Amino acid sequence: MIVLRYVFEPGFFASGPVHIALAVGAVVAVTSAVVGLFTVMRGQSFAGHSLADIATTGGSGAFLVGVNQFWGYLAFGAGAAAFMEMIGVQRRRGRDVATGVVLGAALGLAALFLYLGTQYSSTTGASFAILFGSIFVITSSTVPVLIASALLALATVVALGRVLLLSSLSPDIAAARGVPVRAVGAAFLMALATSVALSAMIIGAVLSTALLIGPAATALRVTKGPVRAAAVAAGIGVAATWLGILLAYDSFYWPPAGRGWPVSFFVVTLIVGGYLVSYLRRRDRGKVAPTEPDREHACSVA
Amino acid sequence: MFSGLMLNTWIAATAVAVIAGVTGFFAVLRGSTFAAHAIPNGAFAGAAGASLLGLNPFAGLAVFSLAGALGIAGLSRRARSDVATALTFVMMLGIGALFVSWSTEYAQEAYSLLFGEVFGVSTGEVLPILALGAASVAAIVVMFRPLMLSSALPEMAAARGVSARRMELAFLLVMALATSMTVPVVGALLMFSLMIGPAAAARSLTARPARAMFLSVAIALVTVWAGIALSYQSNWPLGFFVGVLGAVFFLAGRAYAATRRRLHLDRTARGAA
Repeated sequence: MIVLRYVFEPGFFASGPVHIALAVGAVVAVTSAVVGLFTVMRGQSFAGHSLADIATTGGSGAFLVGVNQFWGYLAFGAGAAAFMEMIGVQRRRGRDVATGVVLGAALGLAALFLYLGTQYSSTTGASFAILFGSIFVITSSTVPVLIASALLALATVVALGRVLLLSSLSPDIAAARGVPVRAVGAAFLMALATSVALSAMIIGAVLSTALLIGPAATALRVTKGPVRAAAVAAGIGVAATWLGILLAYDSFYWPPAGRGWPVSFFVVTLIVGGYLVSYLRRRDRGKVAPTEPDREHACSVA
Repeated sequence: MFSGLMLNTWIAATAVAVIAGVTGFFAVLRGSTFAAHAIPNGAFAGAAGASLLGLNPFAGLAVFSLAGALGIAGLSRRARSDVATALTFVMMLGIGALFVSWSTEYAQEAYSLLFGEVFGVSTGEVLPILALGAASVAAIVVMFRPLMLSSALPEMAAARGVSARRMELAFLLVMALATSMTVPVVGALLMFSLMIGPAAAARSLTARPARAMFLSVAIALVTVWAGIALSYQSNWPLGFFVGVLGAVFFLAGRAYAATRRRLHLDRTARGAA
């Protein structure tokens, strides 16, 4: 019991913000893990990260004009996804350039919004909230909307499941079988934008990218088969999020500042640590059967 | 606008545009756009750490951007490079979040690292930018042929004994070198926009490598100069103008390429008829 008291600081289970953080964190982690699986397979990590950054730009824009930030996040995320799809070339390299151009323009807008924002209020911490967010300051009134939108994104991806899998792994075969590859890609990008925009709003752009890519990439390394990979990724995401929240709560009295270490640091470290374990584990097996990963096609090598 | 105080700004911005034009050309050609975003942004964590320890922020930026380049290149050996980049990047930012939470008065400085402080450049800051800029441009010029070959025709490069892995590492290190100097001046976000927009526009205007590189530098220069002038007049942040101008140039380049292709098709169709 004494050990348990050291692991769970007193008050952990009684704290309202902690309850909300645990619940919302789990929903976001599961959605991100499943959407992330396809993101990693399709090689769209950059788009996933960019959409998070762009959505936060929309958040600060909405703040500026006095609209509920939620709509700013969603509108900018979806708008950017549509724009990327429009100017994006189908090849991966061209797509990354299109993503980069959209991201560059959005970051310019972010600079402007922050500048205009600081004209009216002296919140220099705004650039910070944008990057790092905070899981402990979710107001409980926004929780149902957040969860509903996350489930919508999740449902889209699950419903597209087989078609999406085929067109991600082998676009040519999918096209030959009559799958509208481009439309499926566009629908997936929209689901990605929704899920990323929400998670960026709740936990910040950094953590959003970590939860999207890390668990999925780890799961693709250690499992075979899409359903099992999705389950493992979701498990890793939830475990890292909960453990990170617990550690952040415990760290309140840790040195040097005595006001708690950030949740994002713990969650990111856990996720990247998990990935590194799976990455290094593969090395031993690689010695038995040395295979060079084919960058363009190897989907199992995340 | 051209007073003595602003002279440093013009010099520094010009140097940054040349660096961004040259490195950006290869970043776009190689498809390393994500790395071009991750290295300058992740390096910001190093500056936060350096200020915590009371060191020069340049040292922190240099250490973190080099570590980022090594991390991306190391993880990409046996994983998809976008996944490697994403995970290296979030790890650097996670550490940055920790550093920032430890220090008390960092928020203002973080803002200027992300968005730049191009109007407050001192002479002491201009010299290292010029020196490191010259070094990274020289490195690219020296590597030009093997880098070009491994970017455009990786298989042929491998057949000629140019290691793709080593080229990737060398290129990322040059990018790290370039960004560690430029980030405190123009900011991490602007550095990224300046690398991608002009280079992508230049590539759609011409297919010849050397000409595209010069064009990329020229567009970057025009973007920065126009951005500074507009920012000086309107008092709006430079990052906004550079980001938007980069996207405008890219779209204009794409439109030009599309029109030219259509005209060419028309002409060949008429020639056949």
